[in-house]
Amino acid sequence: MEQKLLAIQNKALEEINAAVDLDMLNDIRVHFLGKKGELTSVLRSMASLDPSERPRIGQVANIVRDRIEEQLNQQINTLRERITKQQLAAEKLDITMPGTVFELGRLHPITLVTRQIEDIFLGLGFNIVEGPEVELDYYNFEALNLPKDHPARDMQDTFFISPEVLLRTHTSPVQVRTMEKMAPALPVKIIAPGKVYRRDDDATHSPMFHQIEGLAIDSKITMADLRGVLKIFAEQMFGIDTKTRFRPSYFPFTEPSAEVDISCVICGGKGCRTCSYSGWLEILGCGMVHPKVLEMSGYSSQDASGFAFGMGVERIAMLKYRIDDLRVLFDNDKRFLDQF
Amino acid sequence: MRVSLKWLKEYVDINISPEELAERLTLSGLAVEGMEIPGKELSGVYVGKIFNIEAHPNADKLIICQISTGGEENYQIVTGATNVKVGDVVPVALENAKLSGGLVIKRAKLRGVESRGMLCSGAELGMDVSILPTEQAQGIMILDSKLPLGMDIKEALDLDDVVLILELTPNRGDCLSMIGVAREVATLLDKRLSLPESITAQENGTIEGFRVDIKDEHLCKRYVAKHFTKVKVAQSPEWIQRRLRAAGVRPISNIVDVTNYVMLELGQPMHAFDFDTIRGDIVVRTANKGERLVSLDGNERTLSEEMLVIADSSGPVAVAGVMGGLVTEVTEKTTNILLESAWFNPISIRRTSKSLGLRSESSSRFEKGIDLTGCQRAADRAAELLLEIGAGELSPGNIDNYPGIQPEKTICLRPERMNQILGINISVNEASDILTRLEFKVEKKDSMLLVSAPGHRTDVSIEEDLIEEVARIYGYDKMPYTLPFGASTQGIRTRIQALELLVKDCLASLGLNEVVTYSFTNPNFLEKNLISKESPLARLVKVHNPLSEGHSVMRTTLMPSLLEILSKNFSHRVSDMGIFELGKVFIPVENEKLPEENHILAIAAMGNTISGWNYKGKSFDFYYLKGIMETLFQRFAISGYTLSRDLQGTIFHPGKSARILIKDKCLGTFGEIHPGIIENYDLPAGVVGMEIDLNLFAEISVNQIKYRALPKYPGISRDLALVVNNEVVVQDIIKSIRKNSGQFLREIKIFDVYRGK
Repeated sequence: MEQKLLAIQNKALEEINAAVDLDMLNDIRVHFLGKKGELTSVLRSMASLDPSERPRIGQVANIVRDRIEEQLNQQINTLRERITKQQLAAEKLDITMPGTVFELGRLHPITLVTRQIEDIFLGLGFNIVEGPEVELDYYNFEALNLPKDHPARDMQDTFFISPEVLLRTHTSPVQVRTMEKMAPALPVKIIAPGKVYRRDDDATHSPMFHQIEGLAIDSKITMADLRGVLKIFAEQMFGIDTKTRFRPSYFPFTEPSAEVDISCVICGGKGCRTCSYSGWLEILGCGMVHPKVLEMSGYSSQDASGFAFGMGVERIAMLKYRIDDLRVLFDNDKRFLDQF
Repeated sequence: MRVSLKWLKEYVDINISPEELAERLTLSGLAVEGMEIPGKELSGVYVGKIFNIEAHPNADKLIICQISTGGEENYQIVTGATNVKVGDVVPVALENAKLSGGLVIKRAKLRGVESRGMLCSGAELGMDVSILPTEQAQGIMILDSKLPLGMDIKEALDLDDVVLILELTPNRGDCLSMIGVAREVATLLDKRLSLPESITAQENGTIEGFRVDIKDEHLCKRYVAKHFTKVKVAQSPEWIQRRLRAAGVRPISNIVDVTNYVMLELGQPMHAFDFDTIRGDIVVRTANKGERLVSLDGNERTLSEEMLVIADSSGPVAVAGVMGGLVTEVTEKTTNILLESAWFNPISIRRTSKSLGLRSESSSRFEKGIDLTGCQRAADRAAELLLEIGAGELSPGNIDNYPGIQPEKTICLRPERMNQILGINISVNEASDILTRLEFKVEKKDSMLLVSAPGHRTDVSIEEDLIEEVARIYGYDKMPYTLPFGASTQGIRTRIQALELLVKDCLASLGLNEVVTYSFTNPNFLEKNLISKESPLARLVKVHNPLSEGHSVMRTTLMPSLLEILSKNFSHRVSDMGIFELGKVFIPVENEKLPEENHILAIAAMGNTISGWNYKGKSFDFYYLKGIMETLFQRFAISGYTLSRDLQGTIFHPGKSARILIKDKCLGTFGEIHPGIIENYDLPAGVVGMEIDLNLFAEISVNQIKYRALPKYPGISRDLALVVNNEVVVQDIIKSIRKNSGQFLREIKIFDVYRGK
């Protein structure tokens, strides 16, 4: 009897190991362990055994059944794993096909640069102020110490609407309007971005362009403060290694006046075509607010001092994005806009 | 201003390289924009003399010259030049010489005759041909016969000179002169300035039998005159011509060249009259209405009453400080001259030269303001030079009519204020030293400096001007970097600034590109956009002096600019494009000088959104645009608006457009562009556009986001199918549902529309 049981076990294990799919394993289960299965029928014949033999044989039979079941389950798991693997291997995408297309619109480079400049000065405590683009001669020139017939008016060829009204040639009139409104309150710290207009149209001049003006007035503002603020600006705008250089210059509305150069962003100061081999690029004009300008706008030039600066947004955008033709900024060609 | 280094070195000892000098000048406020060495590329060209010329046996147009360069060997050179003769001294390029432009000279046979070099023109030597006489520019450059043979031509003609090109700011008229620049250099390098020595002024008073009468003492504060007899008009000596050429001024004759030389040297413009053509005395007065003058350039000028003229008894003989008259011009026949050295009012000169369209070296100096105290010195210097070169004899006497003499003005410089404004610590002595070097008179009084500016510094009048002088010589770059000290301020964007920023981001994220276009436009935009003359959009702010018709009016709507851009891109085969712009429109206001400037948001689109292999793009149509609008409105919590069709006479298709109304105000319009306009812009059918009043948008958008508690239960949706008449619009159905739905209705969505037969 015992021999028979062991024979069944060997046969079953052999068949289980040879099975290649789940159906075969099921058949094997029925064949050996089912109600009419081989093991079951052997157990049924236990009744004919000598009672003293029964416990021992019964134990052997249980071991055989457990062994077969264990092997069956193990084989089922193995097969399932293999099948899953096969299935996954068959389900293959061409992962190089492009994804679903979303079109992200772009902001104009003028906007991008303006925002960056605004954010730098917001961080330094400056507020943003705007002013009219069609402006009175008074605010654009006279109140900035540029009376009629001043030779420096030639530096800014002007579009006139009428003898008294013009298209502002710079964002500086916003300075005056702000001071008029604030005086004599201190401190004043503003920047004024916006469109400005000059009668010039060629490869390097556009009749409309963008400027950002800055103004700080307080009881003890110094030219060294102006240097400090603009140094921070240059470093944040063009990179921490950017060097700045202040050159004396002339603007009727500032005294002393300066022009600010930064080390060339293309060559790093070694000299290249962009910087005319000088290593420096001019980026803005600035100075200490002229006492006449302060007085005309309601501040005492003895009690208050301040600095002002003005920069061209296009110029900075062109340096930042290495654009070599001003006109592409206003052509609004899709192939250009899509790059930002 | 062109500054010859060789010339400059006559006044100041320069012991640094030209590059370093340029840098120092630039950093002190005299920007050096460039450096020129005319003969940079030149080598192997020498001074030679032609001692024999014979005809070429095989060519009519060639001649054979025998040249000596002073050595034992002579050179045979074949040339086609027509302006040479035996005895002429000329530039000779020998074998292997290099000319301007890189040409290398080789020994050659010209029609069988050997030629060992080339005779050179001014152009071949790298000289500025625009200021050379034609025969020297194109023909062989005939040299001063006194030049030593064999001398390197670069030395002979100063072609090895370095010329600094200064880009001066308008306040520094004093540096439109060699002395002015030399003074700056001397100050920067702490060297002594050596001024040209002049004969002392003649006894003042009169020139016999001649007077200068100044009628307008405001416009002419000083008039100095000298008289010369036995004048021989000729070419000026080579050294004067060389100086003028380096400065970019064309040599003309000894008399004119000397006046120009003194102008370049001292900054005082001068004029020489042919004395024998002047009738009676000189009167400096404003022109009478309708007076005419033929100026030196041969053009007849009609003068107006505010122009200052130099006149004699017959009428104007010169436009003061701007240009001389043809009748009194110095010519070869001139034998007596009157030399003028005067001060004219800068504003008057500027107006006159502008209205006559005449700008000269002279007027550009006068209009920046010249040294009132320097007129006599300049006249003396010119007299001395004329005598030196033997151009004539100086008559006794000297006129110095000086009604505008000014008392010296003292400016007080407070060192502590200077240091307060600059944020540095310069000592009183250092400031005093800098100003003294710049020829300011400085007197110490208590802790202050009492300073008076020299006559040439017409730009210095207040304390801040002195502070700048000290600072620029001290060096801006020696100042520290500090940050404003005082009450701290907070930098924040205003509500509308923040909103504009978010609107731009929102539209970009919806797939639209931002554009930036000009605020001025062509007035034909009205016609092109079918806008009638009566429309409010046709009331325009006009530019009085536009660059072109295309920039001559300020826009009243942004749509034409956007259609223009779509059209331009469409012509570049871009068929799908969606764009937006935030910009201003300009609306004239009755009885106001300035127009109203309104912030507008405009959108325009054509074609389809992008497609892919697994996704079909959507058409940029009315509903797509409306979707963008709804998304934008949702983002900024704008609700409670209604749409109306009332869009007669606008740029839109009447059946496919809408006006957005909120609280009886029009927030904007949108829809398909009128087919007629689409045609005018050569655009594909179905282009859509929108304009929104951003100020109103900001006003009604809800700033504060307020959280609503989430419902406890999941939502339930109900399908509702309605059969309605074709005339019923969805807006009314929704309104009716909302009115009757009670508080639990959250959202109404149209999921399908069916139109049967």
